[in-house]
Amino acid sequence: MVLQRTFARYAERTAFERPLTSGVAYAVRVLHSEREQFEKHQGWTIKRMDILEQKPVHKDDYEPEALEPSPVQEEYAPVIFAQDTVSHVISLDLLSGKEDRDNVLRARASGKGVLTAPFRLIKTNRLGVILTFAVYKMDLPSNATPNERIQATAGYIGGIFHIQSLVEKLLQQLASKQTIDVTVLDTTNQSYPISMYDSSSNTSDNDLSYVSMLNFGDPLRKHEMHCRFKEKAPWPLLEMATSTGILVIALLLGHIFHATMIRIAKVEDDCRKMMELKKRAEAADVAKSQFLATVSHEIRTPMNGVLGMLQMLMDTDLDVTQQDYVRTAQESGKALVSLINEVLDQAKIESGKLELEAVQFDLRATLDDVLSLFSGKSQEKGVELGVYVSDRVPKILIGDPGRFRQIITNLMGNSIKFTDRGHVFVTVHLIEEVMDSIDVETESSPQNTLSGFPVPKRRLSWSKFRSFSQEVPICPSVSLISDPINLIVSVEDTGEGIPLEAQSRIFTPFVQVGPSISRTHGGTGIGLSISKYLVGLMNGEIGFVSIPQVGSTFTFTAVFNNGHSNLGEFGGPQINTQSILSTSEFHGMTALLVDPRPVRAKLSRYHVQRLGICVEVVPDLTYGSWSVLNCGMVKIDMILMEEELWDDSSSSLPIFLNHLRDNDPGAVPKLFLLTNSVSSSRTSNGTTTAIPSKPAVITKPLRASMIATSLRRVMGFRNRTDLRNGETSRLALRNLLQGRKILVVDDNDVNLKVAAGALKKYGADVVCENSGSKAISLLKPPHQFDACFMDIQMPVIDGFEATKRIREAERSFSGEYGRGNGSQDGKAVNCHVPILAMTADVIQATHEECIQCGMDGYVSKPFEAEQLYREVSQFFASQTN
Amino acid sequence: MDAVHLKRQLITFTEQLFREGFLDEQFNQLQQLQDENNPNFVVEVVSLFFQDTERLLDELSKALDQANLDFKKVDGHVHQLKGSSSSIGAQRVQRTCIIFRNYCNEKNVQACLKCLQVVKREFALLKSKMETLFNLEQQILAAGGPPSI
Repeated sequence: MVLQRTFARYAERTAFERPLTSGVAYAVRVLHSEREQFEKHQGWTIKRMDILEQKPVHKDDYEPEALEPSPVQEEYAPVIFAQDTVSHVISLDLLSGKEDRDNVLRARASGKGVLTAPFRLIKTNRLGVILTFAVYKMDLPSNATPNERIQATAGYIGGIFHIQSLVEKLLQQLASKQTIDVTVLDTTNQSYPISMYDSSSNTSDNDLSYVSMLNFGDPLRKHEMHCRFKEKAPWPLLEMATSTGILVIALLLGHIFHATMIRIAKVEDDCRKMMELKKRAEAADVAKSQFLATVSHEIRTPMNGVLGMLQMLMDTDLDVTQQDYVRTAQESGKALVSLINEVLDQAKIESGKLELEAVQFDLRATLDDVLSLFSGKSQEKGVELGVYVSDRVPKILIGDPGRFRQIITNLMGNSIKFTDRGHVFVTVHLIEEVMDSIDVETESSPQNTLSGFPVPKRRLSWSKFRSFSQEVPICPSVSLISDPINLIVSVEDTGEGIPLEAQSRIFTPFVQVGPSISRTHGGTGIGLSISKYLVGLMNGEIGFVSIPQVGSTFTFTAVFNNGHSNLGEFGGPQINTQSILSTSEFHGMTALLVDPRPVRAKLSRYHVQRLGICVEVVPDLTYGSWSVLNCGMVKIDMILMEEELWDDSSSSLPIFLNHLRDNDPGAVPKLFLLTNSVSSSRTSNGTTTAIPSKPAVITKPLRASMIATSLRRVMGFRNRTDLRNGETSRLALRNLLQGRKILVVDDNDVNLKVAAGALKKYGADVVCENSGSKAISLLKPPHQFDACFMDIQMPVIDGFEATKRIREAERSFSGEYGRGNGSQDGKAVNCHVPILAMTADVIQATHEECIQCGMDGYVSKPFEAEQLYREVSQFFASQTN
Repeated sequence: MDAVHLKRQLITFTEQLFREGFLDEQFNQLQQLQDENNPNFVVEVVSLFFQDTERLLDELSKALDQANLDFKKVDGHVHQLKGSSSSIGAQRVQRTCIIFRNYCNEKNVQACLKCLQVVKREFALLKSKMETLFNLEQQILAAGGPPSI
């Protein structure tokens, strides 16, 4: 639709083309059946004009709202557009005005321009004529009947002429106004000529006037112009000249009217074309979005089928070449699906259908997941990758983890893609923290970064954020969020940066930095625009700073709800169980972190602390550094050292270890090297065999779960370092298990047999049962069995439940004998039977869960000697001694 | 055929089973559990596995044939099969079970049916291979060779 504003502006701009009209208006033809809808659409009612004509109001009293609505008619011609000079006529029904009605009816029946008799114009009260033109919905043949024309009428265009100003303007052009009196009469009705213009002061003297007929293009109306000289009878020559002049005036007037009519018709035609084009463009845009959404979805569904089948094909009997083909097909398929997902997101965004979830999630675990995703790539490139989450960020948040992950993955993916040396570093803080520390950060040296490579000043990336410039960061519109957590997340890289000329359009969909980028690095270029949109949905902002050849930092804010404020409302199962790390086994340990670079040390410390390990940081192992620590007081369980320090510390390390041994002879801290890439760790392993305690290697990116695995692998043997290979542990197992009576519970017969077989192999006396209830009945204190291995996932009563009941029975039993606290006592040992969980996947049952329900540990299902030994030795060792 | 020749054949055959992924390290562990106190341990366990699997596959076919599909039940059976196959080191069956369970979670009937077919085929393949393996061992014993393990 063309708006009134558009029309007014257009008419204004083109006013010079019809200099003698004082205004242009457009009215539409509305039948009574369409009136209601029309009024609703326009937001006003159709007003009547006749009352206004009968009692002309003064200019200043004119109030369009006060006008009476039009009574019921067969059809109406309300004005919808008007040039600003005559905007007061909008909503007036032309068919209700006497002169206008006449005009409109004649104009549409004839198809020609029609003039009204001169009348007092509304509001201005000046004498004027209106030139009316009918506008038809289609092109009509020139011989169309009046009826056909009426049917085809769409609306009417009217040009308003103030007679007075019109004639004056013309006369001025002839510069003879002073000497000639001009009278223009409308003589359609011969007996009552209407005076349209009269410049003379007295009209009595009629003798010397010259009369000429005027033709304004309307055959039904006749106009006369009477001219005479003001002062005296003119000389013939002068008279001739004058009449010539008058003739010219008449011709000019006629011509001007005619030209105006043509102009108006043309304007109207252009306007209609524009409306048509706009409508078509809008429809095309909607259709495009719908098409994208549909097609993307339709491709994705079968594609998932293809991927699933490829996965199965992969597991069938294939030779090496075939496997390679399948793997390639699978990779391509995955790439295609992720691309389709992006396009689908974009289409969803365009149609406004993208919505966020609100579930509980562990931000740190989510980030660890993303980190794992990129670990291979970063190790391959030798780029240091790290995630740091401030301690002030709550453990559980409520929001959309999937979409948050999508933003992070997109930003990190870009960073890794464009970074070949240095680092990619993700940091998460509360906005409040960052605001407090802005001053501090500006002072710190640009070289103090994760990898030592310089980076652009991070705060520049959020310099344009609204929430920072106004002192109130919390978005007040988010009423749903009761306990908002305002996060600020930065992804910093030392990559090639974004060229300055491309920086302004980086968030525009389908725009990539340059055409060569898509060829070298692939991608659709909509990731960032999607991220920007998602950030917007999370009530945040996104920005960046980038210096070519130095690096880029993208920063965004997002508002989440604190997960602890209303726990009951959201179900727990969404929480990633992986996040509940079995921290207890490392709890209370102390680690010494050797790292000269503060930023990196902070990152390593964050991950190690997540395991409940206390961390002391020193820049190196020289005496001056560690002597400040209370080494004598604190037992150091492990030393974590950056790989680059390893070669330098070959002299200082033994001194340090000796020092520790002097203080506490039993202290043998485990040494771990933190390394960046797989390849470099191998070489370091090779060259360092001379050092007495060969260090274990933890490959970055650091994640709490991964560190825990590494620590467990090494620390598990912390008291029995001699048991290196499987053979010795098997022997030791035999010692431990010989003659023990052990109950094995599993609902799967095959597993039961294998487990029993394994334990029998080490000399144990094994009894098998296949349900939780039977286990409960057999494990009643005082206990017949020395230990029990129990499957967790069993029908009816699972392993956790069975253990809980067994422990309850034990408690009431020991209560009866009044020996609730006598675990050192020989008799009381029978009150607690060691129960170990058997489980195939570690995620399903974490250490913590097992401990909570009263189990003593767990072993993974397919029995492995070392692991079995490690667990069993915890509670059997004391008895063998 | 002499015992030495048969023995060589057995080794080649076992190697092939490992290379083609029918068996994994767990089967070695299983073999190590067999000793003079328990001379038929591997055959016993594997036979038990065959019986158990045949029963499970039967139940799975029935469960997947129902108009009102109980995915929980199907998942339970597949979980069992996954557990027992990993216990004896039947790698390919186990991996198929993992995929099977994923489709179970997605409630994708078509894919589940397809998976069942694959599991059945994998199991039949494995069974025939294992029977060949045990036959070879029997023949070695009959030919006067030492027990393979």
